Amino acid sequence: MLQARVIPCLQIIEGGLYKTTQFKNPKYIGDPINAVKIFNEKEVDELMVLDITASKSNREPNYELLKQLASECFMPLSYGGGINNFKQASQLFELGIEKIAINTAAITNSKLISEIVQVYGNQSIIVSIDIKKNFFGKPCIYTNNGTKNTGLDLFVYLEKLESLGVGELLITDIDREGKWSGYNIDLLKSITDKVKMPVLINGGCGNIDHISDAINIGKANGAVVGSMAVYQKQGMGVLISFPKYSDLEKVLNL
Amino acid sequence: MITIVNYGLGNIGSIENMLKKIGVTEILVSSNHEEILKSDKLILPGVGSFDAGMEKINSSGLVNVLNEAVLINKVPILGICLGMQLMTKHSEEGEKSGFGWVDAETVKFDFNKQNIKVPHMGWNYVDILDNGLKANLPPNPKFYFVHSYFVKCNNIKDIMITCDYEGKFVAGFKKDNVMGVQFHPEKSHKHGMAFFRYFVENNF
Repeated sequence: MLQARVIPCLQIIEGGLYKTTQFKNPKYIGDPINAVKIFNEKEVDELMVLDITASKSNREPNYELLKQLASECFMPLSYGGGINNFKQASQLFELGIEKIAINTAAITNSKLISEIVQVYGNQSIIVSIDIKKNFFGKPCIYTNNGTKNTGLDLFVYLEKLESLGVGELLITDIDREGKWSGYNIDLLKSITDKVKMPVLINGGCGNIDHISDAINIGKANGAVVGSMAVYQKQGMGVLISFPKYSDLEKVLNL
Repeated sequence: MITIVNYGLGNIGSIENMLKKIGVTEILVSSNHEEILKSDKLILPGVGSFDAGMEKINSSGLVNVLNEAVLINKVPILGICLGMQLMTKHSEEGEKSGFGWVDAETVKFDFNKQNIKVPHMGWNYVDILDNGLKANLPPNPKFYFVHSYFVKCNNIKDIMITCDYEGKFVAGFKKDNVMGVQFHPEKSHKHGMAFFRYFVENNF
């Protein structure tokens, strides 16, 4: 049996570790390298690093920082932010990044996905989709760090991604991000019911039961934790943390 | 000297980092023919597709060099992920022939099977059939896997590790000096460190 993964997600802005709420109000947390060292000691399943302003400000990935992070990371590491060409992807894989997450460029340049899949295999690519519901409750896909509504139909887009051979999906509910109130399980379920690709859910995790819901009800392959991984509790101070493995085992029936 | 064969595909940085972490001091990352032939042990990494891998090895002129090291000089070699698959005869993923050092083929997970997500991605427990290896790993060993294809051994006694993903598959093989693992020890915390220690400290 494959184990569901619980993945801390670290948001990076200009080399610093931050945490946003609903993609806004980034709060400074500290040094990302220090955080990676702590997650190593805690033996977390996997780690995700997202440079949240790289695409929006048209910046290259911060290779120097990522190289340092990768060398400290004895677990799988994925990275997203500012990737829009093949050369950048190659460079990231060489640094020791296992998977790259593509968001904006997956929509504007689907050829890039095919190229990466062909050379690095479909397991090497995560397509990240940021979703916000519109007035009528319909899920809309946003890019550029949640600022631009693409107008794409989610399920048509998912079909396209599947046919391109995308290895994994990262679904983020923008409105829930940083809110501690639980994942959007309905949205998650509607996606996992339709696609064969492994799905990671992000946005809203506040406790271990939320993780359990994502895995056991929403059928996610992985639950991404943001605030919970960097704060003691909602509204409290910074603390790099991760649920106890024995507690996770109980709720995930491992 | 342990040499990580650098043919342009693979998470070489991560492997080197973990070897350093467990105290290996003589590590080389190289595609140099002489250096490869002089090494005490080799690691064949690999991320990506089968044909892309074989093509890179071909274009670096490494096919003969590796054949000589493995088949004639009997240098212990560890294939990781795609590196393991390249050691088989061929793969359903591509048209090119593999090294064929082990009597095995690489085949695709059945997409159409119910409830099976491909790639097989994440941590999974394994069964260790090799007692020497088993004694060197922590209890309940688990490793990180990321792959859409898996190896089928034609010879049962070559199978060293199995794993279950809606059916058993070969997660590791060992034939004489040739060892391959489907998982990523370099990304598997203490389990991976113990595995590398076993490869580094033992003679095959």
